[in-house]
Amino acid sequence: MIPAPFIYHSPTSLQELLSLLREYPEESKVVAGGHSLIPAMKLRLMQPEHLIDLRRVDNLRFIREEDGALRIGSMTTYAELQRSPVIQSYASVLSEAAGLVGDVQVRNRGTIGGSLAHADPAADLPAALLALEAKVYLSGGVRKRNIALDRFFVDSFTTVMEETEVITEIRVPIALDGTRSAYLKFANRASRFAIVGVAASITLNKNIFSRVRIGVTGAGTNPMRLRSVENNLRGKNVSESAVIEAAKFASKGMEFQVDIHGSAEYRAHLAETLTFRAIMESLDRADRISG
Amino acid sequence: MSSGCAINVIVNGKAYTNEVESRLLLVHYLRELLGLTGTHVGCDTSQCGSCTVLIDGLAVKSCTTFAAQADGSSILTIEGLTEGDQLHPLQEGFWEMHGLQCGFCTPGMVMTLYALLRENPRITDEQIRHGLAGNLCRCTGYENIVKAAQYGARKLRGEN
Repeated sequence: MIPAPFIYHSPTSLQELLSLLREYPEESKVVAGGHSLIPAMKLRLMQPEHLIDLRRVDNLRFIREEDGALRIGSMTTYAELQRSPVIQSYASVLSEAAGLVGDVQVRNRGTIGGSLAHADPAADLPAALLALEAKVYLSGGVRKRNIALDRFFVDSFTTVMEETEVITEIRVPIALDGTRSAYLKFANRASRFAIVGVAASITLNKNIFSRVRIGVTGAGTNPMRLRSVENNLRGKNVSESAVIEAAKFASKGMEFQVDIHGSAEYRAHLAETLTFRAIMESLDRADRISG
Repeated sequence: MSSGCAINVIVNGKAYTNEVESRLLLVHYLRELLGLTGTHVGCDTSQCGSCTVLIDGLAVKSCTTFAAQADGSSILTIEGLTEGDQLHPLQEGFWEMHGLQCGFCTPGMVMTLYALLRENPRITDEQIRHGLAGNLCRCTGYENIVKAAQYGARKLRGEN
């Protein structure tokens, strides 16, 4: 399978990258790791005239803790997220989700920015990043802006990004003490994509759920927060029956996807079951500072 | 500006400069321009791992990478593991432990294992199985591939 011809650009600065995007807003695609884009180009589902490679652009590949937040460059790979001691300490659920993406070779190429910009409805990282209340930093529009991830996805493979915009960075607030988290997915055995995946980030104050964040992927047209579950659980005493009750909301109030891998009913069941398990798994994990 | 570009790469320790089409995939560059046909095209959809090579030390699927994206990189293919007729310990492991039947997936298996063992010389069977999630074999059932990997790991540690 051979992609249609294109002109390849390899800018070395953000400025150079943005001027290329302004020059070819509709005819270009930006490539990060390329593990979603290149297969689509090989099938000629996408035929950009210009391919703009981010790999040499300065300062897009970093992980650091700064001002109470984790700052992650958009070109950081899944493998780097999986192994980073900083991510493991402060946002362990992101490391956990990254380690469940595809396989070793895919994780060596795929990036956090690429995953978000591509907006696959079943991608793993968005679920974890939603539970972590991540913000996406964009350059190339009228002005630089940042947007909460739960307002970033619009539909399948669709985000709020303008054609001239690019993700430079993702920020995750450092978790409060007493926060535990988990990401669980029921994966398609062949593609390893989530049929449904759920990330939970739970903060306990004494024996009360003081903060609950649930991100789900694979269920609807795009990854999203399960606010009805969060609202139901917040303020309650920790108990298995409270989690069972709250998880029921995961199967309601959403239009579940239907495809060859599962019916809407099947996905609703998975969403409820995985929400229950992700919260229980979070509770089981040792109390520590983590995302 | 045209749809071609110049690339400079080091493949198995040797420097190459080529003018290529931008859309040329790395696996086709290796096979067709350099004649390194040990890297195989299996599924061509980034699932099977037969095309696995190392770019700057990391295992990647060369069917899902443009040659242009490897510009400036150092690439290792199955041909670069050894010189002459001496087999690499992992290759010897596949031979000794019957880690292959048709052999089509073997170069990709060996390259992925090579990268895994460099990171983790005392790898467990479970880690091998997880590490090979992106390499499909339709013949062996994987048992002997795991044995082959452990044979290679032991030999690399100087234990046999």
